[in-house]
Amino acid sequence: MRGTLSDRTGAALLMAPLLLFLVLAYAWPFLGVVKWSFTLPTPGLGQYGALVSDPLVQSVFVRTLRIAAIVTIVSVTAAYAITVVWVRGSPVQRVLAEFCILVPFWISVLTRAFGWVALLSNRGLVNTWLQSIGFISEPLTLVRNEFGVIVGMSHFLIPFAVFPLASAMRSLDERVLLAARGLGSSRMRTFWTVFVPMTRSGIIGSAMITFVFSLGFFVTPAILGGGRSVMIAELIYLRIFQSPDWGLGAAISVVLVVFVGALMALLFRYVKPKQLV
Amino acid sequence: MPTYRPGPVSLILAVLVALFLLMPLLAVIPVSLTPSRMLTMPTGELSLRHYRSLIEDPRWLESILLSIRIGVVSSALSTVLALTFSLGVWMFQPRFTAALVGFVLLPMVVPPVVSAVTLYFLLTSVSGISSFFGYDTWLGVAMAHSVMTVPFATVLILVSLSQLDRRIDLAARGLGASVWERATRVIMPNIKFGIVTAALLSFVLSWEEIGVTLFITSVNAITLPRLMWMGLRDNIDPAIAALSVILIIITVLVLAARSVIARRRAAP
Repeated sequence: MRGTLSDRTGAALLMAPLLLFLVLAYAWPFLGVVKWSFTLPTPGLGQYGALVSDPLVQSVFVRTLRIAAIVTIVSVTAAYAITVVWVRGSPVQRVLAEFCILVPFWISVLTRAFGWVALLSNRGLVNTWLQSIGFISEPLTLVRNEFGVIVGMSHFLIPFAVFPLASAMRSLDERVLLAARGLGSSRMRTFWTVFVPMTRSGIIGSAMITFVFSLGFFVTPAILGGGRSVMIAELIYLRIFQSPDWGLGAAISVVLVVFVGALMALLFRYVKPKQLV
Repeated sequence: MPTYRPGPVSLILAVLVALFLLMPLLAVIPVSLTPSRMLTMPTGELSLRHYRSLIEDPRWLESILLSIRIGVVSSALSTVLALTFSLGVWMFQPRFTAALVGFVLLPMVVPPVVSAVTLYFLLTSVSGISSFFGYDTWLGVAMAHSVMTVPFATVLILVSLSQLDRRIDLAARGLGASVWERATRVIMPNIKFGIVTAALLSFVLSWEEIGVTLFITSVNAITLPRLMWMGLRDNIDPAIAALSVILIIITVLVLAARSVIARRRAAP
């Protein structure tokens, strides 16, 4: 029955609205942004040249890559620790771990960033407490710097890092672990030489997701970095709304998309999409 | 059969991570009760003035109503578009399905800031044509939110369709049902749960959307997250703490209700 006229028309009629909507509201304007990157302020490759030569843009790229790498390591490690309990813990432990993962996951990025400001600012909880016990006399600078950005971003990304790890840990064969223990391997050794290698695909998937998300992060660095540790996304915002230099903002966006696209292509060569969910 | 349980070291590490995850959410509670006008810990007496200012200050109420309006419109648009598209995919399995679905999912995988620049381009271009539909208008924001949420709605509806037994559709077709009847009277009743979930998720994503909204609004379409953002950037307003506490409580209640419902469904 496939391929008859009525089938084709039916499919076209049903699928057309969304495809049309996204072509008009997404694909076409994206091409417009690409056009900006080649034409504003003057036609040519000038904006891409500026990307390579401008030391400010370069320092932002380097900072973004550095922060993304640190955040990835912190998030995946922390996510691993809590996922082990979420997947393999006793029923009560599982419920508690799930609560701790899902509640932050569903709470808006602004509320979470605000929570960190409340904790880490000069008159925040941490500094107030450390001063009241006499541990420090002057408040420590914990936000408006890279430390604050890394803490806030890791907090945001841990729940995302959990899901690929959980799926890898759920699918592994428990009998292998019991066999290792039965043959006299210690807990530590079983974990490092059997459990961790068997969840490799989850670790790769989780690291990739975290890293890609970190590259385009806007809200958390803007609030917790306080304008002092600007990352790529905030630079794009500043180029479009403050300097106005739309061409450069557009060029950075294009480079970011190409870079993320290349990373995703790399990811799917090693991990099947199904293993990520 | 014995099971492999995490040992004491794993448990301690997991507790530390759990504390890290909950800490900023708990920290907003004392801040929201401070009597001071600035962001400080309450020393001694507690006050509900910041909760009161949420009701008394018209800006908060206006932006809450605006966010609800935008959320409802954009969620309706996303859900209808995602539903018709998914029905087309499932009923007719056209060629190039994978490529078309991949295209639809793009706004979900492209870095949000790039989508934001793209939608900024779209709405500033539209502004030239129509004054109530472009940059900094609520309809423009609703449309932009639909672009961002429609991939999520599509994924949810496609997943619930993939669990549907094709034979009921074949039976309806064999008995002479038209495409419209198959879709509305056979398939849709069976994926009701998926459709409702898609609509709810689209609403929630729009309700808390900030990355794109920052690029496409300035002074007129101030959604709730946009207002929070302004309060966070300039001079930190403890009313945000009060609002955060309320949002956290709602989230916890909804998640708890959901897990109770899920357990009841699984029980019999």
